[in-house]
Amino acid sequence: MFDFGIVTNWIHTQLASVMSESLAIFLECVIIGVCLLLLYVVIAIIMIYMERKVCAAFQCRLGPTRVGPWGSIQVICDVFKMLTKEIITIRHSDRFLYNLAPYIVIIASVTAFACIPVSRGLEILDFNVGVLFFMAASSIGIIGILLAGWSSNSKFSLIGAMRSGAQMISYELSVGLSILTIVVLTDTMQFSEIVMRQADGWFIFKGHIPAVIAFIIYLIAGNAEVNRGPFDLPEAESELTAGYHTEYSGMHFGLFYVAEFVNLFIISSVAATIFLGGWMPLHIPGLDGFNAVMDAIPGFIWFFAKAFFIVWLLMWIKWTFPRLRIDQILTLEWKYLVPIGLVNLLLMVIVVVFKLHF
Amino acid sequence: MKRNVNIKSMKYEDFNDNEYIENMLRELRENGTNVIVGCLDEVIEWGRSNSLWPLTFATSCCGIEFMAIGAARYDFARFGFEVARSSPRQADFIMVAGTITHKMAPVLKRLYDQMADPKYVVATGGCAISGGPFKKSYHVVDGVDKIIPVDVYIPGCPPRPEAMLYGLMQLQRKVKAERFLGGLNKGISEKEYERQMRADTNTAEDYKEYDESGLA
Amino acid sequence: MDNKIDIKARIAAIDPAAVWSDAGDGMFRIPVSSFRETAEMLRKEAGFDFLRSLTGMDWGEEGLGCVYHLENTSTGGTITVSTADKDRENAALPSVQDLWKGANFNEREAYDFFGIKFIGHPDLRRLFLRDDWKGHPLRKDYDMALNPLNMKNEVSDDDAPSYEMTPDGSYILKRHPLFEEEEYVINIGPQHPATHGVLRFQVSLEGETIKKIDAHCGYIHRGIEKLCESSTYPQTLGFTDRLDYLGAMQNRHALCMCIEKAMGLEVSERIQYIRTIMDELQRIDSHLLFTSCLAQDMGALEVFFLGFRDREKVLDILEETTGGRLIQTYNTIGGVQADIHPDFVRKVKEFISYMRPKLKEYHEIFTGNVIARERLIGTGKLSREDAISFGATGGTGRASGWACDVRKRHPYAMYGKVDFEEIVLGNGDCFDRYMVRMKEIEQSMNIIAQLIDNIPEGEYQMKVKPLIKLPEGSWYSAVEGSRGEFGVFIESRGDRYPYRVKFRSTGLPLVSCVDTIARNVKIADLIAIGGTLDYVIPDIDR
Repeated sequence: MFDFGIVTNWIHTQLASVMSESLAIFLECVIIGVCLLLLYVVIAIIMIYMERKVCAAFQCRLGPTRVGPWGSIQVICDVFKMLTKEIITIRHSDRFLYNLAPYIVIIASVTAFACIPVSRGLEILDFNVGVLFFMAASSIGIIGILLAGWSSNSKFSLIGAMRSGAQMISYELSVGLSILTIVVLTDTMQFSEIVMRQADGWFIFKGHIPAVIAFIIYLIAGNAEVNRGPFDLPEAESELTAGYHTEYSGMHFGLFYVAEFVNLFIISSVAATIFLGGWMPLHIPGLDGFNAVMDAIPGFIWFFAKAFFIVWLLMWIKWTFPRLRIDQILTLEWKYLVPIGLVNLLLMVIVVVFKLHF
Repeated sequence: MKRNVNIKSMKYEDFNDNEYIENMLRELRENGTNVIVGCLDEVIEWGRSNSLWPLTFATSCCGIEFMAIGAARYDFARFGFEVARSSPRQADFIMVAGTITHKMAPVLKRLYDQMADPKYVVATGGCAISGGPFKKSYHVVDGVDKIIPVDVYIPGCPPRPEAMLYGLMQLQRKVKAERFLGGLNKGISEKEYERQMRADTNTAEDYKEYDESGLA
Repeated sequence: MDNKIDIKARIAAIDPAAVWSDAGDGMFRIPVSSFRETAEMLRKEAGFDFLRSLTGMDWGEEGLGCVYHLENTSTGGTITVSTADKDRENAALPSVQDLWKGANFNEREAYDFFGIKFIGHPDLRRLFLRDDWKGHPLRKDYDMALNPLNMKNEVSDDDAPSYEMTPDGSYILKRHPLFEEEEYVINIGPQHPATHGVLRFQVSLEGETIKKIDAHCGYIHRGIEKLCESSTYPQTLGFTDRLDYLGAMQNRHALCMCIEKAMGLEVSERIQYIRTIMDELQRIDSHLLFTSCLAQDMGALEVFFLGFRDREKVLDILEETTGGRLIQTYNTIGGVQADIHPDFVRKVKEFISYMRPKLKEYHEIFTGNVIARERLIGTGKLSREDAISFGATGGTGRASGWACDVRKRHPYAMYGKVDFEEIVLGNGDCFDRYMVRMKEIEQSMNIIAQLIDNIPEGEYQMKVKPLIKLPEGSWYSAVEGSRGEFGVFIESRGDRYPYRVKFRSTGLPLVSCVDTIARNVKIADLIAIGGTLDYVIPDIDR
């Protein structure tokens, strides 16, 4: 597997040779920042386009076809539209918080996005408590949503925000528990390390029963965490018109919209990383020829393939399932997922202690 | 400067009302355009025209046909009208599908005011255009253009989905012919805006006036 | 007829001044003074528990009044009574909303249109028009210039007026607040994706739980009944299609039937066959749209597209013959507009064989879905008594265990001769309301399958004079619309124009029972309840 660390190190030594060490690091930070934002935007565009095409396919439609081949630059049009749209200021709203809220959401999303290891050596934020940092960063988004709902002086928004508060904070627990299950298995919290440990088999295979349970819980809770159907209560179209972002227009709404899709990608890619081996190719012990072929495929392709597979799975669920009710959502979390998650964690500890895993 | 108002896979001559679009183009570009601004403008208008999001608004029969163009056979997502928003703040055009009554008129006006600029109105069906079969009624607005400015009229009772798609393509052409940058888009000051908004709003005194007479 | 004579005697016993008039269907005219007593007798002793229709009337010299169409749901007997108050300025009738809950909204409608005060009605606000509307539009002396377009935002009343009678014969106006100061009230509608049009609910919330609902109608009130009064009989037909546009065929069928009944015209068997088949196709179309919209409201978008995919097939068939997709304008007085298309029979058969297996798809993807079941089963229960009392007919009534299908109760067209099952379920919850419709699609296909091969030869349009005049009298006829009993009441004075036309809305009783059904449920349930009640707003507002 090609190590992008070689490239990055080479850039670093080249830069350091022409300027001072601190200036070089500063410059690198800027470059990385720009790259991160670019990647974020690209992922957002791909995700929105994919959503349109996938949902069209599920609904016996074509989806966008007019701009570009297969409508592939449809999203660019939307971006132009969004950028030129008026941003309405609402009277009697808390202007500062109202304008701040979408940025909090997007910052949380970008920070969480930075934690994801795309390929070997291509990690932006990678330190020993990476998982913890990811959990912390991604949960800041809730504050943005709560503020958005509260500050826009609209009853629908407020109900949406309250729903999202109740829902997302609850489901954070299940996401945490299922990630913790894998952390128990790997005894590390560093994302790159978690991927490296899966060189001889993905955790969903290595951890067998508890890992599979954790994976399923993670998918459900992760889906709820990013407010996607059937858990899209905070923005429930047919109930609250647009939920917490009812009053937002123009690019402020665009930020919410983009963050929602990238969050879906983040949740999927974390699932791919901790359960499906991240950028690690699929290896079957004993089949050396097969393994060699798999190794030839670059790591980032493996990563994106897995991530988008899970994205596709979640989109399938979203477009098929009816929406849950608020009490059902909380019942599902507190009466089913959390207890199962806890028992599952215990099971994983037993598996690890008695070395029952592969 | 020649502006491209073509719609993919539909001939220019096949459209009606080309004259209107040509007039509009001529009028808007009377004083010539800056090359850079013009190009930028063209890109923006191209983007905007291909990403017009409707407001999910329907009062009667035409609303069902509006649903039908969103559904599988007609699928207006192909043109980029895909994301029907329920919140007026996020919609680009309002399709007035159905009769507008006296009770609904202020609500429609308010919905229109709630939308973010640039915004468009499509009057769909006989009722929205002129009151249709209910023109003589005591409670029907004979034409939404009395309340809000209309960009495209789609006649029919209700119009066939094909007609609606055609009307929406006309709207796209109109958007393409517009100028976003360069003089015409000067906004009013926030104070002026507030003043205008307040002028529309009811005051408590207004209401008291007819409170007694209403139930006497 | 025995029944009628018996009732006649009992009504006469209460007040000898009550007269039976024979014109048209015939009705009892009861003096105002004894009307309340008579109504109580009819409801409690004679068992007339279903108020089919309540029609406000302006009889000119004879004053303002109401016509009540009643039915006994256990025996199937019907009766029509009317009462009038001569004082046009201060017309007051006793309210019967405590006897039939459905009268609540109907009396508000009559107050709105005619200015009749109903004594003892707890909430006598206008139903359709703005609170600041001047005058009462369906009165014959209403001045059109009185109400120009008013663009001021409507501020609706915070309290409901009611009139009570004092012992000395005068009325006092009382006002009751609708919502308390501290209640958290949100507006759902008039522009809201899940109200299926422009209905407005004021909902008082406690957290997510609904405490009280106040429905506001009239955002699409087009004054069709008034328009009919200035149209000739053939001209009135066009309006029916635009009432409930998902029951265009059935609505027009009802009006044609009513006019034909008044003319004494018997239509040929071929016409009956065609009308019946068309009605059932329309029903399938409507129920498919119902499923689509319910699923969409609940967030399952895929089913929405499935429903529309199959619905287009029905529309194709209808379009070939009638030329319209939604508004069919097909039935005429004494026949139908055009003969069926040569491909009609083949296409209908193809459709039936296509649709039968497709129904399974809906059951797999939606009916069997665990979330859909959790959300629908046990939600929004309507008891049988309430359904009858509100007059909530159609799928809603049948889901509550009330066999209210007009096709069985008062068979018309070919329904007496075909074999089909009336789907009656018992729970009265959202799931049953959904299942009734799904099963009715199958029954509709059964009916069509029985008829399609046997369409007899004959005329598709009877000979009718170009100038249609009805004799004096009043008639009521009803069909089973897509969402309940759709009735037409015509009063004629022997003119080319009807004196009064009233359409019994299928949706108004459904909206009036929302407050009863949807108390103490969650907001999300209100959406499901609204979806399963399946009302069409232009039909409510007329």
